[in-house]
Amino acid sequence: MNIHEYQAKQIFAKYGVPTPKGIMVESVPAAVKAAEELGGPVWVVKAQIHAGGRGLGGGVKLAKSIEEVHTLAEEILGMTLVTHQTDAAGKLVQKLYIEDGADIKAEYYLSVVLDRKLEMPSIVASTEGGMNIEDVAENTPEKIIKVPVDPAIGFQGFHGRELAFGLGITDKTEQKNIINFAKKLFKVYTENDAEMIEINPLIRNGAGEFLALDGKMGFDNSALGRHPDIEAMRDLSEEDADEVEAAKYGLSYVALDGEIGCMVNGAGLAMGTMDTINHMGGTPANFLDVGGSANAETVAKGFEIILKNPNVKAIFVNIFGGIVRCDRIANGIIEATKITDVNVPVIVRLDGTNAPEASEILKKANISNLIVGDDLADGAAKAVAAAKGN
Amino acid sequence: MSILVNKDTKVIVQGFTGKEGSFHAEQCLAYGTKIVGGVTPNKGGQEHLGKPVFNTVADAVATTGATVSMIFVPPAFVGDAVMEAAEAGIELAVIITEGAPVKDMQMAKAHATKHGMKTLGPNCPGIITAEECKIGIMPGMIFKKGNVGLISKSGTLTYEGANQVCKEGFGISTAVGIGGDPIIGLSYLQLLPMFEADPETECIVMIGEIGGDLEIQAAAYIKEHITKPVVAFIAGQTAPKGKTMGHAGAIVSGSAGTAAEKMAALEAAGATVVVSPAEIGQAVTKAMAKK
Repeated sequence: MNIHEYQAKQIFAKYGVPTPKGIMVESVPAAVKAAEELGGPVWVVKAQIHAGGRGLGGGVKLAKSIEEVHTLAEEILGMTLVTHQTDAAGKLVQKLYIEDGADIKAEYYLSVVLDRKLEMPSIVASTEGGMNIEDVAENTPEKIIKVPVDPAIGFQGFHGRELAFGLGITDKTEQKNIINFAKKLFKVYTENDAEMIEINPLIRNGAGEFLALDGKMGFDNSALGRHPDIEAMRDLSEEDADEVEAAKYGLSYVALDGEIGCMVNGAGLAMGTMDTINHMGGTPANFLDVGGSANAETVAKGFEIILKNPNVKAIFVNIFGGIVRCDRIANGIIEATKITDVNVPVIVRLDGTNAPEASEILKKANISNLIVGDDLADGAAKAVAAAKGN
Repeated sequence: MSILVNKDTKVIVQGFTGKEGSFHAEQCLAYGTKIVGGVTPNKGGQEHLGKPVFNTVADAVATTGATVSMIFVPPAFVGDAVMEAAEAGIELAVIITEGAPVKDMQMAKAHATKHGMKTLGPNCPGIITAEECKIGIMPGMIFKKGNVGLISKSGTLTYEGANQVCKEGFGISTAVGIGGDPIIGLSYLQLLPMFEADPETECIVMIGEIGGDLEIQAAAYIKEHITKPVVAFIAGQTAPKGKTMGHAGAIVSGSAGTAAEKMAALEAAGATVVVSPAEIGQAVTKAMAKK
């Protein structure tokens, strides 16, 4: 789960991680009021969407007067922002963050993320703040420093010194400030089960203080149960409506732009099915993992979601039953044909637990546009042919 | 021969009396697995599925001499359960539970390593030595005994791969589902040498996925150390780019983790890389013929 910049900064503030003062608003008059409250003389008007690259897309702008805040709020609120991290359709800006302008003496990059190889969180930093960090890593990898921190011992002084020296910070006050900043940020990471925190840029002001000018946070979905305060920060309007609806039924769904709807159990087999369809000259319309607890209701729901997509010309149901029982899937398919108008060919391949019972059930139901696939290759080939109208 | 588990392996179940634990323990018993008891706090002294229940893993190990634990406890308690098993002297914990917090697994795995306990999973189908010992949730009937070792991140692709291998007239020595979570236990790098050393295994099927760089590490190991033929498939060639907000993950691993990158590395290491899981069976047949 991801959150907005203003929410990340609320969490930062709770832990004493310094940020400029700011106020989240949802209207132009509120933006003006917020600017007056902050006092200026310089403000930054920032679009709040769940994607990076907002500045380059025109969603972050500097205002030098209240009038300018008004103009910019009007301009940015309601715009559709397209960045390198959104899809081509972009994202509608519904919230703004009005923030105090900062006195910037230097810009850095700072993040905390899991290092899968070391199996512990790592603090990643660079003197190249405000840049696209992927480009920095690619072109000048020596400018990226990594400080892994074993959570069993926590953030120690030596971690801080490695970071400060790595960033070339020599002034003693500045060293103390950056070490404190990182120590608190690491606490934010571990105590909230974050998946990643990214601050780009982290800035140093004239007084030698470090401030998070930006803040991105993502969380481990598996740990949200113990963080109700963070779960409450979820903004469903930032997520795909069909994906959210599917998740309610334990289905994992991602829309794609092809023609063959897919319903599969297990993420690996679901991806493998898409790969097979593609390899045989077809195009998958979606990724859909029915999960381990699939039953008639969830399968029917899956059909409904797949069929909402007007591009779907055939549906390939590919199930290898382990915990998932094939007879339940078969009943779900029958249920789906009763509830929804399944007006495209459905190719069904059921193997594994209770597969013979399932094929009996389907035979008896005698559904007109149902085609049986003998195995993965056969099913995929039939689905590709059906989508082409053969 | 086989790897890690066989007909003599003594297994306990943590989360024995729960719904999932009960159902799958019963299936494993029916398969022939030597389940010698289970652990459910406050139910010690009772009997379940004809086997003794203990309050703690230490009690269970002391009484039964079990060396492997199959873990079905709910996600929030997985870390605790793994650490308990490690301190009780269990040698291998097979963690089936899906949705364990990453931070918990990180701590639990570090603790397991400290105590010399191997872990498998979490969020995996488990491990099966065909016709001897099933510790997990896979449908046992598709695993016929034979000479192909299988390692897979994905549960259902494990079944798909094993089924094709058996339909081609071959069989499985041991199949291991390693799971695809950010922190996992035994992986390709530890399992490949075990299969290389196992006289019963003649060919290795390796199934990976996009994300992370375990397959890249595996490719480097295969190139240097594996003499047996390897058939590999990487799921997710057509997956759309992840919708992530930040990019720190890719930077820290130094690899984008794409299917193309992994397939090229495995190909260069001498593995037979198939573009669809539907081709695993035929590729194994070819690999076995060439031997």
